[in-house]
Amino acid sequence: MKSNSIIQNRRTWAWPYVGLMVFLVVLPLILIGIYAFTNQQGDFTIQNFVQFFHRSEAVNTFIYSIAIALITTLICLLVGYPAAYIMALNSFRTPAVMAMLFILPMWINFLLRTIATVELFHMFNLPLGEGALLYGMVYDFLPFMIYPIYNTLQKIDISLMEAAMDLGANRRKVFTKVILPLSLPGIYSGIVMVFMPTVSTFAISELLTQNKITLFGSLIQRSFGEGGIAMWNYGAALSLIMLIIIGLTSFFGNHDTEDINR
Amino acid sequence: MAQSDYIIEVNHVSKQFEDGKFALDDVSLQIRKGEFVTILGPSGCGKTTLLRCIAGFQVATQGDILLNGEDMTSMPPHLRPVNTVFQKYALFPHLNVYDNVAFGLNLKHVDKRETERRVKKALKMVSMSDYEYRDVDSLSGGQQQRVAIARAIINEPEVLLLDEPLAALDRKMRSDMQLELRDMHNKLGITFIYVTHDQEEALTLSDRVVVMREGKIQQIGSPTDIYNEPKNCFVADFIGESNILDATMIRDCKVHFCDEDFECVDKGFGEDNEVDVVIRPEDFYIAESKAENKQQEADDPWQLHGVVSSCIFRGVHYHMSVKTDNGYELEVQDYHAFEPGTRVGLLVRPEDIQVMHKERLCNAFEGEVLEDNKVLFLGEEWDVLERTAERFEVGEKVEVEVDFDHVNLLDDEEEGVLSGEVHFILYKGDHYHLQIRTDDGDDIFVDTNDIWDKGDRVGIKIAASWIRLYKTEQE
Repeated sequence: MKSNSIIQNRRTWAWPYVGLMVFLVVLPLILIGIYAFTNQQGDFTIQNFVQFFHRSEAVNTFIYSIAIALITTLICLLVGYPAAYIMALNSFRTPAVMAMLFILPMWINFLLRTIATVELFHMFNLPLGEGALLYGMVYDFLPFMIYPIYNTLQKIDISLMEAAMDLGANRRKVFTKVILPLSLPGIYSGIVMVFMPTVSTFAISELLTQNKITLFGSLIQRSFGEGGIAMWNYGAALSLIMLIIIGLTSFFGNHDTEDINR
Repeated sequence: MAQSDYIIEVNHVSKQFEDGKFALDDVSLQIRKGEFVTILGPSGCGKTTLLRCIAGFQVATQGDILLNGEDMTSMPPHLRPVNTVFQKYALFPHLNVYDNVAFGLNLKHVDKRETERRVKKALKMVSMSDYEYRDVDSLSGGQQQRVAIARAIINEPEVLLLDEPLAALDRKMRSDMQLELRDMHNKLGITFIYVTHDQEEALTLSDRVVVMREGKIQQIGSPTDIYNEPKNCFVADFIGESNILDATMIRDCKVHFCDEDFECVDKGFGEDNEVDVVIRPEDFYIAESKAENKQQEADDPWQLHGVVSSCIFRGVHYHMSVKTDNGYELEVQDYHAFEPGTRVGLLVRPEDIQVMHKERLCNAFEGEVLEDNKVLFLGEEWDVLERTAERFEVGEKVEVEVDFDHVNLLDDEEEGVLSGEVHFILYKGDHYHLQIRTDDGDDIFVDTNDIWDKGDRVGIKIAASWIRLYKTEQE
């Protein structure tokens, strides 16, 4: 009886959250869907999407954004994996402190960090632009790559590496045959965690390129911001396209993570 | 270089960790080809460290390890022709059973068909033939263990190292696996080095047992040797059950303990020397005493008389404690039960009395005489009697001796001159022999009637009158 009532209680506790989710997530999503497939008069149309695919500038921005996000993710992976590896496996006396140092920048608002980066570039007389954009994105999102990889690496049982050595693997083989495959879940979630925000960001690009480079996120932002109500339907369509892209990547991430864990 | 019979030679190997502790302390061991050697000892005795030094996961601080006469002390593990079965199996979770077993062959780029043939053979050997494509996580502990063994033997190592491989299995499964391991050893014909803390396992499996304690080898011998002729109290106490008693060797083949003289078969212990004797509980003959008075008892053949104080059924036999008339408590095993309160006589055959040298007769320390009748030893200042101290000059180095039964142990560690922890307990029939480890890592041995538990914190005090000083012999 008692446990039953507790279960009922717990279910009741969930309702406010469900309400909140419906109000703040589901409802807006439905609205985006409705706006994307209607015109200003509220009639059904796919004109918004047609418009996007006909504007070569928009399509180019879309492709460019994905390319920038992919490059950022790749650099984060190339820089982040060794960092996580060194922290997790090497004989640092205080790996937790090291991990903390990498995570610490996340405690500061990323807008502040980005503005500081702009100042840094000014200080060294470096041009703002594509390079600065990549630098800023990598700097901002690197911890999201390091942390999940560090986490999986840290959990690998040392005796697995010893077993591999015992069976004849040298250091390189131990890495490629045991450590790398076992850290794949961390790599996948790192990729998703970096790719998702980078593909949709707009503030970083605006600040670090002084609006010279427009990313897809900025395009959406402008449709809603500067475009006025006339552009809302178009903006909604763009949002939906990005939603699908992000949805697909996280899908790919989850799927493979499960595969490894199983 | 002469080809030696030994496949593995461990020569004076020491392993000191960063904190200064010795995990291995001058260990030497020779292992012949095809032998099944078990390294046995309580946890923390260095047995796993020794195995890891042979496997190459740890490098000895001193000494060397030879394989087939060649030095491999600092050879990395992947080049050593030895393979290990790990305690927690260490199967690769991202690979299935087949790929786990094939791991070693794939590294050597053995061709596919040959690999398949050998994997199948190895899996058949451990009776896991139908599990090739199963995930390792879906296997039970025993099955994982089998896969781990298959993975280790597929490389056809010259030596197979097994680190407590059966520790995680339940009792029934463990004894089945023991038999299988023995069989496997016979079939493969390679050398097995097996690490365990389970004495029964060690006796069951091995050709030779190496008993270790605190980084040192205590005894090496066949299971029967180790059981019947333990070299010291630790081995006697660790392997099986035993009565360990203080005794005096009167002369060859005559030993005195429990206030009686006994015939024995041991020689060469000198005359009137203090020794330890070991009698296994099953070596006592026990029977109800029919004598009606002391006079009759003196004439009957029983060597000791006493009263049964407890009797426990153990399945095959009964385990009894007998309190002898002269105050000793002896453990006795017999197929017949003798109820508590029964008056019994005990008999032990001369060949069942195992005589051992005592490791030490009293506590001995190095000390230095200070002012005011004080002596410095074990890092503390102790009071001694004036007439003891006045024979020496201040600052003189001396040898300090204290008898086991004159060390006082106090509940309140603050009250002692020195504090420590009860490290090892031995029951000697009428008293306990304790090893107290001080906080600085020194040992003090104490005879006491009080009951202490291992790990108890104690204060240590020694009355001034019981501290003896001797001149240090100058070279």
